[in-house]
Amino acid sequence: MTTISTDMLLEATGVSKTYGAVVALKSASLAVRPGEVHALMGANGAGKSTLVKILTGAVRPDGGTIAVRGRERTVHSPAEARHGGLVSVYQEPALIPDLDVRANLRLTETPVEPFRHWLAELGLADLDLSSQVRRMPLASLRIVDLARALAIEPDVLMLDEMTAALPANLTERVLEVVGRRRGGDRSVIFISHRMIEIAAVCDRATVLREGETVGVVDVTEGSEERIVELMLGEIAREMPAAAGGRATGGPGAPGAVPRLATRGLTSGVKLHDVSFDLYPGEVLGVVALEGQGQDELFDVLAGSERPSAGEILVDGRPVSLRHPADAIRAGLVYVAADRAEALLMQRSVRENIALPFTARIRNWGPIDLGKERTTVDEAVARLQIDARAGGEVRRLSGGNQQKVTIARWVAGGVHTMLCFDPTRGIDIRTKAQIYVLLRDLAEAGAAVLLYTSELKEVQLVCDRAIVIFGGRVVAEVAAADADESSLLRAAYNLRSDAVLPEDAAAETVAVEPAASGQPAAGAGGRQPDPTDAPREGDR
Amino acid sequence: MSVATPAERARNPWLTATAWRNLFRDRPIIPLTGLLLVLVLVIQAVQPGIVGLPWAGVILRASVPLAILAGCQVLTMLTGGIDLSVGAVASMAGFVTATFVNSPGGWVLGVAVALSAAALAGLVTGVGVGVFRVHPLIMTLGMSFVVLGLANVWQLQTVQTGAGVPDPLRWIGSGQSLGIVPNSLLVFVPLAVLILLGLRRTGYGRLLFAIGDNPVAARLSGARAWQVLIVLYVVSAVLAAIAGLIVSGLSNTASVSLVDSSVLPSVAAAVIGGTSIMGGRGGFGGAIVGALILTVLTALLTVVGLPEPSRQILFGAIIVAVAAAYTRVTAES
Repeated sequence: MTTISTDMLLEATGVSKTYGAVVALKSASLAVRPGEVHALMGANGAGKSTLVKILTGAVRPDGGTIAVRGRERTVHSPAEARHGGLVSVYQEPALIPDLDVRANLRLTETPVEPFRHWLAELGLADLDLSSQVRRMPLASLRIVDLARALAIEPDVLMLDEMTAALPANLTERVLEVVGRRRGGDRSVIFISHRMIEIAAVCDRATVLREGETVGVVDVTEGSEERIVELMLGEIAREMPAAAGGRATGGPGAPGAVPRLATRGLTSGVKLHDVSFDLYPGEVLGVVALEGQGQDELFDVLAGSERPSAGEILVDGRPVSLRHPADAIRAGLVYVAADRAEALLMQRSVRENIALPFTARIRNWGPIDLGKERTTVDEAVARLQIDARAGGEVRRLSGGNQQKVTIARWVAGGVHTMLCFDPTRGIDIRTKAQIYVLLRDLAEAGAAVLLYTSELKEVQLVCDRAIVIFGGRVVAEVAAADADESSLLRAAYNLRSDAVLPEDAAAETVAVEPAASGQPAAGAGGRQPDPTDAPREGDR
Repeated sequence: MSVATPAERARNPWLTATAWRNLFRDRPIIPLTGLLLVLVLVIQAVQPGIVGLPWAGVILRASVPLAILAGCQVLTMLTGGIDLSVGAVASMAGFVTATFVNSPGGWVLGVAVALSAAALAGLVTGVGVGVFRVHPLIMTLGMSFVVLGLANVWQLQTVQTGAGVPDPLRWIGSGQSLGIVPNSLLVFVPLAVLILLGLRRTGYGRLLFAIGDNPVAARLSGARAWQVLIVLYVVSAVLAAIAGLIVSGLSNTASVSLVDSSVLPSVAAAVIGGTSIMGGRGGFGGAIVGALILTVLTALLTVVGLPEPSRQILFGAIIVAVAAAYTRVTAES
């Protein structure tokens, strides 16, 4: 970097942090100019979150310096960082669920008037400050969190995957508000996996790889390629070729019996009359905007919830799934999106992977430790899990944790795998490995049902896809025709010959998160009241 | 931001603190054994000559029932529960056995009835916790009153027949081979091996940890928690009954409230031994050392001649301090 350090609003140099044997940050540097929106990029496990936590005082670094406006600073706690003008909005809203919004503001001594102002700017002007946080949808909470941070006018605002759980209209507002902060004397550090958002609002990007700053890029047209290259390093070309070597089985195979079929499956008010067939050897995509009933569909198939009507057939025979154990016995294994739901965080990688083997009463007896080790090691090797910190799963990176949740089922052999957005919030490299794995499973004769919030995954991984809207299957698309725009049309329940609302085309930014985030976009209104959006946690 | 070069860090005492933290977190039994030795040295210093093989035998003998009860707490705490009914169940077992001493079936029948009654109590507790989702704290507390009440009813029924601690129980509970090795080890060692291996090497043991760590994950992996919990509380109650029989033999008394005072020490021994009351973390080895520490500590405080209130204060303070220390070392920074 050629800039003189005193020009910088925030400058971190050579910051390092290790957790036991795991190096979270080797030597991270970050320099933020006043008035810029600065992207912090990197694959999962690259150290972005650790760096942000260090900057806000939540974590103590082992080494390195942090200077604000040219003066070196030691930050001991988030409160101290706040007073010093460094504020972060994390992925999980930092609000007390049992208090109302006003009480939460009081806790952090946030002035109410500026808060209201920012709330209005962010599109939630009519929010009732006396509503209890627990009852509010996740999207609104994130906006509240952001407005609260903006209200104290921080010098440096850090946004960690701010748009990840937002519906399209709110994402737009957030990007707009963030964009407007350019050119002043205050800055934003912006973390996102969505390249298109980076391109839209950021001036420069610092790229981390394996705990080190590997480059600083001016964000201009075409700089995405450069950023991706930096993020990926050596392994850039591991992505599977799209549409190559598809479907050994699939519906085309003569006389094939579907591995999994549903007939008129209905669950409460969210899922109506869903019927589909999943054949051995295929990956069937499920595409839906947030809250269209896909959560309920997977819960029913995984045995977590009972359907109120309809039939589930496995290999042509009807099954009754009253408990996840029933589903597992029927060969339906479920990879949950939420890793906190699926993992024993304090236990080892080995115990986590072996967990399903011990679940049934007949396996309560002594464990054949040698055999278990072999099975687990095979699964760890197959998914390339970095198990160096394997003594406790909570010390692994997000991507590695996700792999553990998959390895658990791969270890036992897969008949039918139900994957609910398995690549949400993980890095490109791990994503690519998961794509390859799912394809391999299908080649080996397994059936995979894959709900994905990233539309381009459909063409990468699936043989065909069904689209769910308002709890019903509204379309079935072959992989060849499953380009993002037709999937989006279908997801919004528009006829394929209809044209997207004119603003939508320009807003692929906003729309893509719509599919991956949580909007409850009705067919009629593209700007639903965000407070109607279901909370992610309600699954 | 303070900078520390690697060289500086090597000399930095902070690093040794980290090493200690890791030791405490991963192998709590090592520092705990160290603490036990320190206590023994202190008691030797306070009253030279007291420590010897006979003394060790007495300490061991006193620790055995406490260690078994601590085992109940470890098993239940691993799942995020607790068993406060161990005192009532243990007392009941000792008492019921004593009332059978003059019956035709003799003490064997008494022990059988006592263990069955305990298992039944555990079954009810397990159904309450596992099926009806009553919080274990409430369920076992309630169950302890029920068991105490039933034992009192039994007491009124049998008041004429006469009772006494049967000789075999006295032999097991208070006898010492060669005047040193407590006979209760004959019961304790197999039980301890069973629990230790059961926790580490069986599917059931894994499930206890799994349910305590993350019940949702355990369920999604196909585990039915109610099955695990019912078996767990039956096992815990039977263990408590065995401990009750030993206490009864050790003290040569049978009363419906004999073991009540050991309930909280058993929780303390488990906590000192590194078992988290939040579930998912801990083990029986630590609890055994914890029981020894508590017994030696009691002996030490007695030798020093502290009055009972001061002993209680110290006891409580030590437990809180240890629990706080664990919270610090096991939390991720």
